[in-house]
Amino acid sequence: MSTPQNRAAGSVLSIRGLEVAVEDKTILRGVDLTVRSGETHAIMGPNGSGKSTLAYSVAGHPKYTVTGGTVTLDGEDVLAMTVDERARAGLFLAMQYPVEVPGVSVSNFLRSAATAVRGEAPKLRLWVKEQKEAMARLEMDPAFAERSVNEGFSGGEKKRHEILQLELLKPKIAILDETDSGLDVDALRVVSEGVNRVRESGESGVLLITHYTRILRYIEPDFVHVFIGGRIVEQGGKELADELEANGYAKYGAAAEPAGKSLPMGPVVPGAVTTA
Amino acid sequence: MASKIADVIATERTALKETGGVTDGSIATNVKPLTPRSPADVRPERITSRDPDAFPAVTGREEEWRFTPVDRLRVLLDGAPSDARLQEKTELPEGVSLREVGSDDPLLATVPDPVDRLSALAMRNADGAVVISIPADAQVTAPVLVDLRGTGQAEVIWGHVVIEVGRHAKATVVFEHGGDARYAACVSVLVGDGAHLDLVSVQEWDSTAVHSQHTAIRVGRDARVRGIDVTLGGDVVRLVKTVEYAGPGGDAELLGLYFADVGQHLEHRLFVDHAAPSCRSRVTYKGALQGDSARTVWVGDVLIRAAATGTDTYELNRNLLLTPEARADSVPNLEIETGEILGAGHASATGRFDDEQLFYLQARGIPADEARRMVVRGFFADVINEIGIASLEERLLAAVEAELERTKL
Repeated sequence: MSTPQNRAAGSVLSIRGLEVAVEDKTILRGVDLTVRSGETHAIMGPNGSGKSTLAYSVAGHPKYTVTGGTVTLDGEDVLAMTVDERARAGLFLAMQYPVEVPGVSVSNFLRSAATAVRGEAPKLRLWVKEQKEAMARLEMDPAFAERSVNEGFSGGEKKRHEILQLELLKPKIAILDETDSGLDVDALRVVSEGVNRVRESGESGVLLITHYTRILRYIEPDFVHVFIGGRIVEQGGKELADELEANGYAKYGAAAEPAGKSLPMGPVVPGAVTTA
Repeated sequence: MASKIADVIATERTALKETGGVTDGSIATNVKPLTPRSPADVRPERITSRDPDAFPAVTGREEEWRFTPVDRLRVLLDGAPSDARLQEKTELPEGVSLREVGSDDPLLATVPDPVDRLSALAMRNADGAVVISIPADAQVTAPVLVDLRGTGQAEVIWGHVVIEVGRHAKATVVFEHGGDARYAACVSVLVGDGAHLDLVSVQEWDSTAVHSQHTAIRVGRDARVRGIDVTLGGDVVRLVKTVEYAGPGGDAELLGLYFADVGQHLEHRLFVDHAAPSCRSRVTYKGALQGDSARTVWVGDVLIRAAATGTDTYELNRNLLLTPEARADSVPNLEIETGEILGAGHASATGRFDDEQLFYLQARGIPADEARRMVVRGFFADVINEIGIASLEERLLAAVEAELERTKL
């Protein structure tokens, strides 16, 4: 496995023929996708098409069983890694529903994560400054750092916190799962600016999973993939997003709703009823 | 006021619903109760007495013993007198005095009575008491430390400690228990008017020790007491804590943290008796359990008597089951005899380790074992942070840390 320090440009996430099941129900039916650092890909699709399943399978959530295909990061077998090994190898998943961890402060959590991903504890003084500046860029109150992770956060605060982690952990490949859902225009702008800063570094590839087209006004994708029935059915440039906004997914045989009509169900909350 | 009453009733209704209609308020235990719940709507009148025989013989079927492995306490319940003592080490800051008194000392006539057979046996067999006095108006900043250590004696050690806090005094008293012993004690705590006492009791016994204790706290007018139990070790530890208010304006905050390993039974029973107006109580206990037959019991009783108008009370118990074989019982019980109160409520929940929390932390590169530790530390952190005594908080975090080290998560 590559070392945590190995952040050389030119990282490649390669997904080949990925098939994934949840409790014996097949969700992904052969996904092929390549994301390189510096590139931004948007995956768009209707509810229940398996977009979030793709994100969580790559991150290694135990609920999902990979039944076929491969996922590699710079040639390393991602599927053979534990969840934390994947993160240390350079994968990052910004979650749609970040989890509350009561009693664990944001600052403690961020420093633990940075220590794990970088392979050594950042020097305290430098770290305090780094965290403070990153929070300021995301227009977050410094007092935020002393709150418990995600506990009592508003929807906008949760997403800012996810992007804060993205900026601090500087992954090779970042998957953003419905990061735009539940955000007002101000928060969407702030969050998008954060993602754009990461893109501009040129060191990270971004896979943006979205139900809406509006985030694509702030974050311009290089590639757009239409995701239906657990597979990619069409690929194109950013003009494909405009077409989806106008015509929805009807021509792919999916429900004739325009992209972005309703909120998708959340992933993987135990006991929750999902409509996948 | 009407809405407050409605809140109380709603809280009670919810509790009833969650317990399937029984009225002792048991909520959210891991598995089915071992013993059937009492069918009575109202709990029987509480007996208090200095005569052990005023209480029925303990069989394990009584309400206050039904969760307790009485066989493992039998040596205490047999009640054989003994002269054995724990090793005692004390640090007394200036102004604080310690003396031993005989059973005929007039002070002992004034302390609250025992509440069960074992505490009555302890008071009688202790045959006198150790009295720690903090004089009126004293502001004692350094904690009073009492280190009690068992050296493995087979005989039962009987103890009675009285803590007297004079009016308007302020002090912190810390008990630390360790080693191996069969120890039954009464601790009588008399907090004078306007005084402030922080009373900490740490149980880090060896895994063979048996400890039963009744801590009776009398809170003076406008006095404030915080009782903090930290129970991490012992074979059986059963701590009963009762609070009564000698006048209006009293404030009792009872915090607790326990961590049960394989085979341990850790039991905390609390009873806050609101008989005076305008008093406040807060009860917050949190426990973690891991391993086969790890067992914890928390019973939180609050009684608001008719005279206790303006009462403000809330109690909470949370349990974290780190392994499926562990079992936590949690029984909050609120009895209200007046509607003229500020607020009353309770909450109880027992849950398993949350895999989603684990996934979230691991997805940020944090290895699984460290992630589990973070979650458990975080679970206890809000209780520890409530303590507000920096040196003690550090010491307790270290104790939890040590417990986690011993625990294969």
